[in-house]
Amino acid sequence: MAPHRTTQTRTSIIHLRRRFQRLSFILPALIFVVVMMAFPVAYNGWLSFHEWTGSARRAPEYVGTDNYTELFTQSDRFFPAVKRTFLFTGVVVTAELVFGIGIALLLRDAFPGHTVVKTLILLPMVATPVAISMAWLLMLEPTIGVFNKILRDIGLTPQPWLGSQSQALWVLMAVDIWQWTPMMAMITLAGLLSLPEDPYEAALVDGASSLQSFFHITLPLLVPTLLTAVLLRSIEALKTFDIIYTMTRGGPGFSTETLNTLAYVRAFEYFRLGQAAALLVVFFAIVLGVSVIFIQMRRSVSMRQAL
Amino acid sequence: MTDLSQATTPRPHRPLSRQAVMSKRRAQMRRIMAESVRAVLLLVIIVIFLFPVIWMALAAFQTQIDIISPGWGFTPTLRNFDRVFSEYNFLRYMGNSFLVAAVSTALSLLLGLPGAYAIARFHYDWLGVVLLAARIVPGITFLVPWYILFSRAGLNGTYIALILSHMIVSMPFIVWVMVPFFEGLPLEVEESARIDGATMLGTFVRIALPLSVPAIMTATIMSFIFSWNNFMFSLVLSGDDTRTLPVAIFNFITYASIDWGGLMAAAVLITLPVLVITVFMQRYVVSGLTAGAIKG
Repeated sequence: MAPHRTTQTRTSIIHLRRRFQRLSFILPALIFVVVMMAFPVAYNGWLSFHEWTGSARRAPEYVGTDNYTELFTQSDRFFPAVKRTFLFTGVVVTAELVFGIGIALLLRDAFPGHTVVKTLILLPMVATPVAISMAWLLMLEPTIGVFNKILRDIGLTPQPWLGSQSQALWVLMAVDIWQWTPMMAMITLAGLLSLPEDPYEAALVDGASSLQSFFHITLPLLVPTLLTAVLLRSIEALKTFDIIYTMTRGGPGFSTETLNTLAYVRAFEYFRLGQAAALLVVFFAIVLGVSVIFIQMRRSVSMRQAL
Repeated sequence: MTDLSQATTPRPHRPLSRQAVMSKRRAQMRRIMAESVRAVLLLVIIVIFLFPVIWMALAAFQTQIDIISPGWGFTPTLRNFDRVFSEYNFLRYMGNSFLVAAVSTALSLLLGLPGAYAIARFHYDWLGVVLLAARIVPGITFLVPWYILFSRAGLNGTYIALILSHMIVSMPFIVWVMVPFFEGLPLEVEESARIDGATMLGTFVRIALPLSVPAIMTATIMSFIFSWNNFMFSLVLSGDDTRTLPVAIFNFITYASIDWGGLMAAAVLITLPVLVITVFMQRYVVSGLTAGAIKG
């Protein structure tokens, strides 16, 4: 009995030691995650039931669900911002997907200068967004901008672009599409290059046209890749901040205000930290909801394809 | 496009009928047409994607008068760049940006590499899920609590606050890139090293890491670029002395009249390092940008 027992404790000590060693690999990352991510998210939730201007002299005051009621019933900026956020995301992701697939198809077969072209189209998405925004601001400037210069030269009416409440959001969408279409193209291209050859050979034997084989073979096979790309882009598009804030700050009026810029303004320009926190909880829920829908869609697609 | 090229591949010697010659010529014509359409489309795409960058670079070499004038011509000048350094203290911001990007990348690697290895090898899947969640949570959700806590701790406007906040982007990204890579490494090598008496840490440092250099390159380059480009966190958390480039350049446009030439020169300078990295490390940048989207 006794010797058996010692081996057991020894193995359990070894076991424990190994467990500890393994844990030490993730411990630094884990501490970082808890302190820098989990705690802030929880604090944010707590703060959303309080009102506070961030002043050190006045402690946060408990207000119950007032911040949420204010958001849903009194604020005249919340629902328009939600609508704009979804409109922005829907339009840019769709356009980026369509253009991205087109560009990927153009780049599928190698040709002289292939790598150069692939490198050049990376520029919009790696270039510093603030710098890019500044370049677009100059180009869109109503009096000295190149777009209106061209319009004037060919005898058309110059446009106000970002100065107009009805145009500004669409102009920002165009900038986002310019910036992120290459990402869709790169992902689609990588997906295209990993497709199997056999279905195409079969289709060729059957005399399918290239358009037919695109819609009946390429597109269905690409769906999982495209869904992931759309998921990644949608998450980012819902959160778009840099180009909107640097180019219009949500204006003119509130015509380009999205959830992210609204939250920023409430927190860091009005210092209504409780209201901002409540808005952020809702914003987070929206992004999470959209992500879950896409992840479910992708799962059901890959299951159907596996059958 | 494949079916067309197949149609023109030479067949074994056989006298061609007049009709066959005609259809062969027609196929050739169609192929040339398709190729030129593709070339034109590619040209249009490149022009569209490069135009804003080129326009920015052109304006950087123009005087304010040339930029404002309705004509198209200009005489190139370097005065904008000179002013950016002498008047706007650009070197300082460049140093800040570089410091924050380098340190936050290094620390993220230090935390992220062992973490990713543990997730891949010891199946801490829950940690992977938590880090994935970091990509979903809007960054601004962290920003409000950080702002409050950092100001309580007297850290607002310090490098520490900036570095920690940039790590929230880089660290999960590094894990996201590294986990599938570590999972793909053959287990046998590591197991035999363990049998030979190597410790867990030794196996990780001497076997797994050297085998992962390409993926680590991708993670490092992208993490540096993300930090270099970061705007929102720096806007809130940086101070006058720690201001990074994106915030510095944003402050340009708050002046009453915009110094367009200086602004564009600054924009060129901030974009240049990223462009150089992209051109020389194209392969890594592509795999970083498409990371996670390709795997079945």
